[in-house]
Amino acid sequence: MTLETKLALIPLLPLLGFAVNGLLGRVWSRKTTALVALIGPLLALSCAWDIFSHLLHGGAAVQTTLWTWMATADLHVDIALFADRLTAVMLLVVTGVGSLIHLYSAEYMETEDRWGYARYFAYLNLFTAMMLVLVSASSLPLMFVGWEGVGLCSYLLIGFWYHNESYASAGRKAFIVNRVGDFGFLLGMFVLLMASSAGSLDMSAINQLASSGTVRAATLSTAAILLFVGACGKSAQIPLHVWLPDAMAGPTPVSALIHAATMVTAGVYMVTRLGGLFTHAPGALETVAVIGTLTAFAAAVMAVTERDLKKVLAYSTISQLGYMFVGAGTGVFAAGIFHLVTHAFFKALLFLGAGAVMHAVHTMDMRRMGGLRRRMPWTFWLFLIGSAALAGLPPMSGFFSKDWILGAALARFQASHDPVWAVIWGAGVLTAILTAFYIFRAVALTFVREPDTPDDAVLHAHDPGPLMLVPLAILGVLAAIAGFLNVPAALAHHREYFAHFLEPVLVGSGVTELVPPLEHGIELAAMAFTVVAATLAAGFAWWVYSRKLELAQRLAESPLMRPWRAASEAKFWFDQAYARFVVEPVCSGARALWELVDVALIDNAVNGTAYAVRQIALGMRALQPGLVNRYVVYLAGGAVVLLLMLMGQL
Amino acid sequence: MADLPILSLLLVLPLVGAVAVMLCPRDRDDLTRATALTFAMLTTLLSLPLFWLYDAQAGTMQFTEFHPWVASLGIAYSVGVDGISLLLVLMTTLLAPVGVLCSWRAIEERTREFFASFLVLVSAVIGVFIARDLVLFYVFWEVMLVPMFLIIVIWGGRRRLYAGVKFFIYTMTASLLMLVAIVYVYLAAGAGSFDIETIRLALVEHGLSRTAELWLFVAFTLAFAVKVPVFPFHTWLPDAHTEAPTAGSVMLAAVLLKMGTYGLIRIAIPLFPQAAATAAPVMIVLAVIGIIYGALMALAQTDWKRLIAYSSVSHLGFIVLAIFAWNETALTGAVYQMLGHGLSTGALFLVIGSVYERTHTREIDAYGGVAKVIPGTAVVFMFAMLSSVGLPGLNGFVGEFMILAGTFLEAQVAAACAALGVIFGAAYLLTLYQKTMLGPLKHERNRTLTDLTAREWSYYVPLIAFMVLLGVFPQPFVDVMRVSLRLLASKATTL
Repeated sequence: MTLETKLALIPLLPLLGFAVNGLLGRVWSRKTTALVALIGPLLALSCAWDIFSHLLHGGAAVQTTLWTWMATADLHVDIALFADRLTAVMLLVVTGVGSLIHLYSAEYMETEDRWGYARYFAYLNLFTAMMLVLVSASSLPLMFVGWEGVGLCSYLLIGFWYHNESYASAGRKAFIVNRVGDFGFLLGMFVLLMASSAGSLDMSAINQLASSGTVRAATLSTAAILLFVGACGKSAQIPLHVWLPDAMAGPTPVSALIHAATMVTAGVYMVTRLGGLFTHAPGALETVAVIGTLTAFAAAVMAVTERDLKKVLAYSTISQLGYMFVGAGTGVFAAGIFHLVTHAFFKALLFLGAGAVMHAVHTMDMRRMGGLRRRMPWTFWLFLIGSAALAGLPPMSGFFSKDWILGAALARFQASHDPVWAVIWGAGVLTAILTAFYIFRAVALTFVREPDTPDDAVLHAHDPGPLMLVPLAILGVLAAIAGFLNVPAALAHHREYFAHFLEPVLVGSGVTELVPPLEHGIELAAMAFTVVAATLAAGFAWWVYSRKLELAQRLAESPLMRPWRAASEAKFWFDQAYARFVVEPVCSGARALWELVDVALIDNAVNGTAYAVRQIALGMRALQPGLVNRYVVYLAGGAVVLLLMLMGQL
Repeated sequence: MADLPILSLLLVLPLVGAVAVMLCPRDRDDLTRATALTFAMLTTLLSLPLFWLYDAQAGTMQFTEFHPWVASLGIAYSVGVDGISLLLVLMTTLLAPVGVLCSWRAIEERTREFFASFLVLVSAVIGVFIARDLVLFYVFWEVMLVPMFLIIVIWGGRRRLYAGVKFFIYTMTASLLMLVAIVYVYLAAGAGSFDIETIRLALVEHGLSRTAELWLFVAFTLAFAVKVPVFPFHTWLPDAHTEAPTAGSVMLAAVLLKMGTYGLIRIAIPLFPQAAATAAPVMIVLAVIGIIYGALMALAQTDWKRLIAYSSVSHLGFIVLAIFAWNETALTGAVYQMLGHGLSTGALFLVIGSVYERTHTREIDAYGGVAKVIPGTAVVFMFAMLSSVGLPGLNGFVGEFMILAGTFLEAQVAAACAALGVIFGAAYLLTLYQKTMLGPLKHERNRTLTDLTAREWSYYVPLIAFMVLLGVFPQPFVDVMRVSLRLLASKATTL
């Protein structure tokens, strides 16, 4: 089989799983459903691996054009797939983590009835297929197919338990907020279409066009910013982040796959894929970095006071996505992608760990947990690995990727002396400290603290079965060691494998030259500072939340912390503001407009006209009463008028 | 085969069907329905060869027939199709059996008269799309009103009389202006013929005064704008769509509205290109208002069917916008969306029809959480909704994308405002879906609802298949009309 065929098969295989389970899942047993669902992603993983190793050994990018989608005079879009090294990384993450989560779900969802089980796996397969289309698309419109496709699956899976009204609302909210982003994506495409003469929206062509210098800088910036609005929607960046915490209504494996490891990273991937455009569009990368920083910091603040374990992880995801955008925004795209990869491992691990907890105690409220360390030892240790990776504690994977991003920001400051980059670095470090704090707070509350009056469910909690534990363990190993794929030069010589692997792709976009490396001394000092501060924050959180809850309470009520606490608990009032200033005005405005314009104005005019015609007709009817003497009068009158007119002419 | 007057047969076959239906015994409803279905399906089968026999490379009017009618005035029975009208005819004939099938149980009274009216309607609509002579066009245009009016006022809902009369008067008034304009333009062209292309060439040669051209354009466009409908001439639509029986709503939304947009691209703009260029900014603004306004109206509705009716106002706004952007991409998108909207909104009306048949209420509040009870309906509704909101991979996206891309090349601000409709579209349809299908079961009486029958699946499955087909492989359909559209686009330079 050629690599081109394999590339085409990668999205097709899970798509087949969707079709088969969607049509037949009601008929056969749950075991068959799970097996059918698992085959697609696994085979896709093996295809992706072949492409990866081909590229690793210096092979050329694989591409295949399947058919022409739409073609007119000014527009030409092919259904064409493309895989270079960047794509290969994404393909491996999606199929790899995807397969693990399919496996985990087989046990997690076993209480569903047969139709629910089939529906779940059909959606999950469809999601995998669409995500694979998204990352292997060679043009923006085809990426948009995947982009909307994963959005649909996200909508369907958030509202999977749709008989719950608030879950259904959460799904709808996700879809509509993402549509706001899609609006930007669409317009961004149109701006590029106008700028390109060939009517092509092929992404490598766009990068070339941007670097050719034939397009006005303002046009490039407009296009890049508009596309970034799309990225903000999908990757839950401020101000379009509000859907992601609500998205936790979905089954937990879904949160792990869609709302942590893969779909939400699509925006980061898109910005990286269009690295050439973003680099040559003045102000674009800076915007990306600033929004990323804001989001990383604000979401970390929101996570600190959260009581729902899954929502802590949700805000954490928003925050970490912010880091990825900071990475991309510095121009060191590889750093953003590296964090994407490690985050996929450790956040999927954390979510699946939370899923195991939920499976055992049937709640996500951390106040009703506690003491699970002894009852769920495997889950605890694996969750701890994930937490350490998230907190950026060496030698866990998160340390290496986060450090790379922060180092890049500092390097930008060193190169440009623009204070913005210093602020970005500082906020990044502060966020890292907050991150360590909130995740170890969660660990302490969930696993360590001994509750005074534990629930029955907590007393009887136990580790999950092998189908759930095996994926957890694999992710645990990956979360622990993946960082060694790219050890910074300040720590070891020639260990920056990941950077070297992606270099050819990113050099092609002309972006790596932006940032000269930091001096090793400065880099080490910054690194040490972050690590020590984060470790202290982690330790403090552990200590306070497992033993000294009253101290935490007192601290939170201190005058210094009170406004922050209020902001954190209200999540900076975003939802309230949207409800007050967008949703309510639109809904009541629509109602008023309908009653005012359609019903009162236009219809009254129409009915009024009809009424007037009728009245005139009735009036005219009075002229014709059917009385001969009246007609004689008309006749005589007419004759007189005629006569007068004739005389006038004379 | 080539000599077969296939278009005339298409026109006559439903009429023969109507007669056959009327000849059925009064108490044999089953026979009546079967007869109607047979003729509807024969019409579909007869129309299919057109798709393959049409020479898309040439893109000209084909399968033409010409017979003098009133020779002294140059009125002729002159028919033919190019790539554009071909697709619209096919959509009409494909929906004809659907209209019969969805009325199977919904129409219990005066069955014969209903199916006869429906078949006459199909014939008249086909006539509008194939007419090449202005008088012939006008005749079909007006004849179509009669069966539609009857369908609304006899078999409609509670306020059917108001809705029917409003529909009739609205369209009739606007059409009369068109009749005056037809006579005037015939005299002004002085070609002694009502043939559209002949008149166009004559007008190109003589030229009209600017004022005359503008008035003529306005007269034609008003007739078409009411039919589309363009804001602010749209208020007949929610009433007519809502009160009509399902088959009527489907035909109205899927086919009849397209007669308006078809008239714009076939007659109003090619005949009066300069006036069209002058009026284009106004039309574009009205189209954009229609998109946003229609969507807002849809958000405000509590009646399921009325909500979908208003969504048509929004969607048709996209088509009008693209028409007045007048480049190949936008026009392709416009025609594609005429087909796509027929499919998706047709399906949305069919879904509410299926549910209405079982509950006899259109109030959104009377539902809630019924997906669990009628999962099949929920799946079909999901497809129809996604196709309507323009999810890539289904038909709606292709048209919408080409419309917006093409329009953006000409008018960036208008296209950007129109793209806002993409957000609103998701808002009102997803809200509708949630309020009716999702959440806990709100009313105990809905627990006994029955899901789709085999008869209903028999048209939903092909409709869904077409949604996917048109979404994934649009190019074969685009290719059919590509050259025709290019020929058309060269006849005017709007904007």
